[in-house]
Amino acid sequence: MSDFYEVGPAEPVVISTRVDKVSPKARREHNVRAAIVIAIAMFCLLPIFVMSMTAFKTRSDAVSAPPKLLFKPTLEGFVFLFTERALVPPARAQELLASDTTDLSLFERVALSSGQEITGPSDYVGRLKNSLIIAGVSTIFSVVLGFFAAYAFSRFDVPGKDDLMFFILSTRMLPAVVVTIPLFLMYRQFGLHDTYQGMILLYTVFNLSLAVWLLKGFIDEIPLEYEEAALVDGYSRIQAIFKIVLPQAMTGIAATVVFSLIFAWNEYAFALMLTSDKARTAPPTIATMLGRGGIEWSAIAAGSLGFLIPVAIVVFLLRDYLLRGVTFGAVRR
Amino acid sequence: MSSVELQKITKRFKYVTALEDVSFMVHDREFFVLLGPTGAGKTSTLRIIAALLKQDSGSVLFDGEVVDGLTPADRDVAFVFQQYSLYPTMTVYDNLAFPLRSPLRKTPEDEIKTKVEHAAEILRISHLLDRKTAKLSGGEMQRVSIGRAIVREPRMFLMDEPLSNLDAKLRESLRVELQHMQKTQGNTTLFVTHDQIEALTMADRIGVLNEGRLIQVGTPVDIYDRPATTFVAQLVGTPRINLLPAGRENGTIHVDESLLQMPAPEGRTLPDKLLVGIRPEDISLNPTGQFNGTVVLTEPLGVETIVHVQSGERTLLSLAPGMIHLQRGADIRFNLLQDRLHFFDETGKRIA
Ligand SMILES: Nc1ncnc2c1ncn2[C@@H]1O[C@H](COP(=O)(O)OP(=O)(O)OP(=O)(O)O)[C@@H](O)[C@H]1O
Ligand SMILES: [Mg+2]
Repeated sequence: MSDFYEVGPAEPVVISTRVDKVSPKARREHNVRAAIVIAIAMFCLLPIFVMSMTAFKTRSDAVSAPPKLLFKPTLEGFVFLFTERALVPPARAQELLASDTTDLSLFERVALSSGQEITGPSDYVGRLKNSLIIAGVSTIFSVVLGFFAAYAFSRFDVPGKDDLMFFILSTRMLPAVVVTIPLFLMYRQFGLHDTYQGMILLYTVFNLSLAVWLLKGFIDEIPLEYEEAALVDGYSRIQAIFKIVLPQAMTGIAATVVFSLIFAWNEYAFALMLTSDKARTAPPTIATMLGRGGIEWSAIAAGSLGFLIPVAIVVFLLRDYLLRGVTFGAVRR
Repeated sequence: MSSVELQKITKRFKYVTALEDVSFMVHDREFFVLLGPTGAGKTSTLRIIAALLKQDSGSVLFDGEVVDGLTPADRDVAFVFQQYSLYPTMTVYDNLAFPLRSPLRKTPEDEIKTKVEHAAEILRISHLLDRKTAKLSGGEMQRVSIGRAIVREPRMFLMDEPLSNLDAKLRESLRVELQHMQKTQGNTTLFVTHDQIEALTMADRIGVLNEGRLIQVGTPVDIYDRPATTFVAQLVGTPRINLLPAGRENGTIHVDESLLQMPAPEGRTLPDKLLVGIRPEDISLNPTGQFNGTVVLTEPLGVETIVHVQSGERTLLSLAPGMIHLQRGADIRFNLLQDRLHFFDETGKRIA
């Protein structure tokens, strides 16, 4: 090895991790590229920005056209989101506010100032919890089952492999609206209507086809020799899977987790038809959030904001694997 | 270490027969090289011995005992793969320690450390132990693969073209190291290659495989000096052997489309039509030689020079020592070493 690594190349190069060795032209190009990426990101984040603003607007500010950029922020949206309220006569509201007793909480004050009284908590938190449980558990099931199915399809001579793979894909081919009515009837019959089990089963099956196809692609890319080396070195097949295949399939697993989770988390049509209360998830809840005398846009925005957070956290935790997954195949084969 | 024996192994895939009735034996402490062109079935043979592939019929025996029912783990062989077998997510140290940490062996960590460091020292990769394997060069990777085989004491080594992805210089030095290791430790080794030089230089015995059939088994000298078929004759030796169609009339052999002729060797019954094989080094250029021809091309290699000599319609390759320069089209005289000629019948089989 030359002293290349200590001293670096004589001429500036285009790509290097050493800042001092990158040529000015390459650096300019890098800056241009970064600027473009930032512009695209801003454009994509615009709706989320608008949503965040709306969550802090009063009802009248939320619907004003053109939208107000400067406004007096209020927690009204969040209060409406988290509570059930009843109207109080304006005089009584004034009286309560004026009395200035410290036993009024912040939420109660905000509610009173728009002429309402808090009567209890709303079901939003419960619905969000339903969403977490149903989406989380179904994602775990579909990824675990999908991984083993994909492994078998990738490594063993399964009879009728291609037909089976097509059959698995075909479970996704009918649009949700077409199957909801038969499913609704079946679920009623079997007592699965409005249950966690029912929704978890449904989302697991729905995601399984995606999981098997995605993961098979990733496992196919892992050379057989890795496992064979482990088998020869004294490991059983199941140990080889956990020690060798699993770590190498992490990018694929992360991608599958994110896709499955996002589907189950966002799903609306089935949830609307097949749940009513106990197992109702967040999407139909937020969409049907009607206040008194009109749609509570700020409450919907606040609800959507809360709805975004869990998926954002998962994607953030898996970001390294996802990035590697995106470049899979493009970099060194 | 153990001996291995293959008895009438046959393996068919959907469209090809990878191995057909293959039987041979690798003795304890022997360095056996399986030589054959691509697709010959070399890898399949190794995979069957390691139980990574199941034969359709026939048996594998270790030390005379049938092991057909044993899993790869229980067969306890070490396999060095053609490519891809280091785990990219682990360091070199962990890769080397991997076989020792298997549930079958359960070696204590301090003993693992000693063994790994010892193996690393033999292969001169001690400085790489902390590195991730994805960043290694081809030669370093192959050393680590070999290291993973030698950290434990397997019943035998199976090596699948471990040197074929390396550049010429590295290949040469690893070849010497491997041979040294095998000889000092007395490991039973079955080494697969398509490179005849590797086979001739390293092997105690060579088995030549082509299209799933074992054609000849013998020492390097056997294979080189008494090739069983024209295929074997052409497979070993560079430059290639000259193979000339010829006819026999009474006691004389005439090479077709050429002025070459020679007396048929005594005490042998030769057919009327045959192939004569002449190794390039057995054609010696000599000003007073018996035959004449014209120079078509010379290829100086340094130690020796390949001279392409035309005789009639035929062009023969001849190997002359040293660097010599000859004019294109110059007349030249040469001799054939009569007692080193090879005769094959029309189907390519050696005539004893
Ligand atoms: N899993 C498989 N399925 C189908 N055919 C196979 C399979 N493995 C090997 N073959 C075929 O069997 C024949 C022998 O293959 P094998 O890998 O043993 O050859 P090889 O001598 O190792 O060749 P190479 O020098 O290219 O590695 C080839 O024709 C190959 O295409
Ligand atoms: Mg091979």
